[in-house]
Amino acid sequence: MAKVTIDSRRCKGCELCVEACPHGVIVMSTALNDRGVHFAQPARLEECTGCGLCAVMCPDVIIEVEK
Amino acid sequence: MTTVFKRPESLKDTETHYCSGCGHGIVHRLIAEVVDELGIRERVVGIAPVGCAVLAYEYFNFDVSEAAHGRAPAVATGMKRARPDLIVFAYQGDGDLAAIGMAEIIHAANRGEHITVFFVNNAVYGMTGGQMAPTTMLGQKTETTPRGRNALGEGAPIRVAELLAQFDGVKFVERCTVSKPRNVLKARAAVKTALSLQIEGKGFGFVEILSPCPTYWGLQPRVAMRMIEERMEEIFPLGRIKEPAAEG
Repeated sequence: MAKVTIDSRRCKGCELCVEACPHGVIVMSTALNDRGVHFAQPARLEECTGCGLCAVMCPDVIIEVEK
Repeated sequence: MTTVFKRPESLKDTETHYCSGCGHGIVHRLIAEVVDELGIRERVVGIAPVGCAVLAYEYFNFDVSEAAHGRAPAVATGMKRARPDLIVFAYQGDGDLAAIGMAEIIHAANRGEHITVFFVNNAVYGMTGGQMAPTTMLGQKTETTPRGRNALGEGAPIRVAELLAQFDGVKFVERCTVSKPRNVLKARAAVKTALSLQIEGKGFGFVEILSPCPTYWGLQPRVAMRMIEERMEEIFPLGRIKEPAAEG
């Protein structure tokens, strides 16, 4: 299983990572961060293959991927 | 566990001022990744534009200078001529490069300066509030073209990459985009080719990157990315416009 870490404090909620993920691993939170936006969070990590496409699309470079 | 992806060393660990879903963050990261990969962080100098990327020096973890509006290629020229051992690139938006800076980019390209130019084209003025840029698409609504850009009054969008490719001094021209992962990886390859060209001392390299402006396009970031594929690529076709080896 791969590991995806998202710095939710810096997330601007663009959802490009959600769109990029082929396995629906990342979802948007219902809570708001300090910026006042719904942030991306890895939810279904058991589905994650560690392809890193979420991080490739993140304009704020707040995603780290390990596998 | 092995690291698949982490922030490149050439990008400071700081928050950017860019809007949600802005392409500048992706382009910054690509340049930083390639600088790391080529091992040139200690001898690379970026020239930041006026426009949304004006604060690029806050984000790159290497030397960056700021130029007057549109004059990044002129500043890059001076820097490269004074210090040929440095790797110098200009980072410019469409308002900066294709409007006020059109003279500078054309002459720097025609002279074949040994610099690299990254041109981030989002078809609108961002920092000043969403006015029409020379690359704004026909029919595109902006603050200054509220009924959509009309060729009769405002002219058609300028294809800068094709314009510059005709000069003998220009050795490499490619247009790419950051609309989806596959294209981001292609853009990274283009950035690498362009910077490698300069390291090898082969002349002027130009990479145009089609990038979204969700804020002034009035679209959600995901929709803005689709807009690039559905509309922008028709006007600004992707691909290599000038091969580096074509001129020997």
